[in-house]
Amino acid sequence: MTAGTERCTLVEPSAEAPDARDVPTGAIWLLRDSWTEARRHLRAVPRSPELLVFATIQPIMFVVLFVYVFGGSITVAGYSSYEQYLLPGIFAQTVLFGSAYTGVGIAEDLSKGLVERLRSLPMYSSAVLIGRTISDVLRNVLTFVIMFVVAYIVGFRIEGTLFEAALATVLLFAFSYAFCWIQALIGLSVKSAEAANSAGFIWMFPLTFVSSAFVDTANMPGWLQPIADANPFTVVTNATRALYNGRSPGSDFWIAASWAVGITAVFAFLAVRRFMRAARH
Amino acid sequence: MFAVEAVGLTKRFGQIEALRGVDLSIPRARVLGLLGPNGAGKTTVVRILTTLLKPDSGRALVDGIDVAKESRRARGRIGLTGQYAAVDERLTGFENLEHVGRLFHLRGPMARERAHDLLGQFDLEDSGHRVVRGYSGGMRRRLDIAMSLIGRPSVLFLDEPTTGLDPRARLSMWALIEELARAGTTTLLTTQYLEEADRLADEIIVIDHGAVIARGTADELKRRVGGERLEVRMADSSELARVVELLAPLSCGDEVTDEAAASVAVPVRTVDGIVPDVVRMLDAAGLHVVDVGVRRVTLDDVFLTLTGHAAEDEAERERDSARSAAS
Repeated sequence: MTAGTERCTLVEPSAEAPDARDVPTGAIWLLRDSWTEARRHLRAVPRSPELLVFATIQPIMFVVLFVYVFGGSITVAGYSSYEQYLLPGIFAQTVLFGSAYTGVGIAEDLSKGLVERLRSLPMYSSAVLIGRTISDVLRNVLTFVIMFVVAYIVGFRIEGTLFEAALATVLLFAFSYAFCWIQALIGLSVKSAEAANSAGFIWMFPLTFVSSAFVDTANMPGWLQPIADANPFTVVTNATRALYNGRSPGSDFWIAASWAVGITAVFAFLAVRRFMRAARH
Repeated sequence: MFAVEAVGLTKRFGQIEALRGVDLSIPRARVLGLLGPNGAGKTTVVRILTTLLKPDSGRALVDGIDVAKESRRARGRIGLTGQYAAVDERLTGFENLEHVGRLFHLRGPMARERAHDLLGQFDLEDSGHRVVRGYSGGMRRRLDIAMSLIGRPSVLFLDEPTTGLDPRARLSMWALIEELARAGTTTLLTTQYLEEADRLADEIIVIDHGAVIARGTADELKRRVGGERLEVRMADSSELARVVELLAPLSCGDEVTDEAAASVAVPVRTVDGIVPDVVRMLDAAGLHVVDVGVRRVTLDDVFLTLTGHAAEDEAERERDSARSAAS
């Protein structure tokens, strides 16, 4: 500890008029606070490379397993190769799985008392959640880039225009962002990071497998088909698959986009409301 | 003008009345100690004053700002260090400080400058660029307090700042809080350690079961309980009742008996020549005295006298009930 005399600069009894320290308000500050929070998480990414490694190995494993193990036995009519059919589904599944980190991270911040500290700062409280979801999407972009390279190596090609491919990618991330908010609500509702991890993942397996991501839903049993077809994950997979293959996604694009916007609106509202309440008890 | 003023704060959690009308005020540049056992309502008071909780009734002002009505503005005037060191383990000490500075809406260079200064003042210069995961408990607490000072708060709230620290870290935390107080930081400190409040606080409020049961300086509180204590320890607790009876003429307040230790403490006005007298008297009565001594009153005695139970006992009970509720 340094000498007491230096300590005098530590807390200056407010010399300036009290109003000089008033808190700025407005949408721009909500965005700034959110970005400050996002930066907190992004700074941590290179320090836990193991997280990134796992987030990357899993989709690579899926690509390799499905393409080389099942690829020979699965044929999908109307596509030049199974890769062209499968990989958009793997992309969609990976960015969706990536959203689970949101819940885990929020549960962790809650259990460590970090949320309490943030709630006592003159920031916009909802920036805690917005910053978290933004950072998770950005991390997901990194995973996506790695996966895209692997996909290219195993033979996947963009068969449409670059614009169509970009549109497909944006749709994927809009969907992933929407699911971050579902995970945020889960993270706020459970008691620990471990619970958030299980609760966040378990329902994503049926969601992504009972879909058109890996196989044509027409080959599923009759009772399962309507469920698989109505699954929003099927819709988003179909739309991105069409775009990457240079086909018209038809109404799927707009239905998928509506799902993304709708889920974001509903779950962001629920999560922010729950966040305010959780912190007030 | 007071830095903090609270009037008639009440809060109920289901069946439990956590606060039943708490009033308090802190003049600028003073340290208020909020003293009470676990579950007395200390943290609830802190959470209301720091805008984390809305009171059911009552009103609280920080820097003249109503914490319930203008909570975000009020948060610009406070620094909070909770019971757990709320630091981001993945970041360095410097980054933690800078981050909070940014959330106080300091500009980038300003936030970095403040972060740098605070690291120096809190003896964390050497570890400032290390990730917090590797910090000791004491270092985390220091960083935590540094983080609550980055916005130059009008009031610093320290909620049980030494809970869970080893004795050495506790002593250095006390030195730190004393230095902050000397520099003129208005502070509200909660503690269940009577010794801590005695040493650090200008004024003490004793709170139990959600209500203020006493307030004053440490000396005033001690005076209320009587000047000094005569302590008698017997070979066997069965003789305590008889001892109390015999000492009654000397007593100037309520005695406190400790069955387990077979001892009794009696407040007395004067201790001059009392020890040999008492030994002779008890011996003459055929009682088995092990030890007779005098000591100055501590805040422990104050607490016992005011609440009828020991602070530590209650803390134990709270922990036990928390444990059985958890299992």
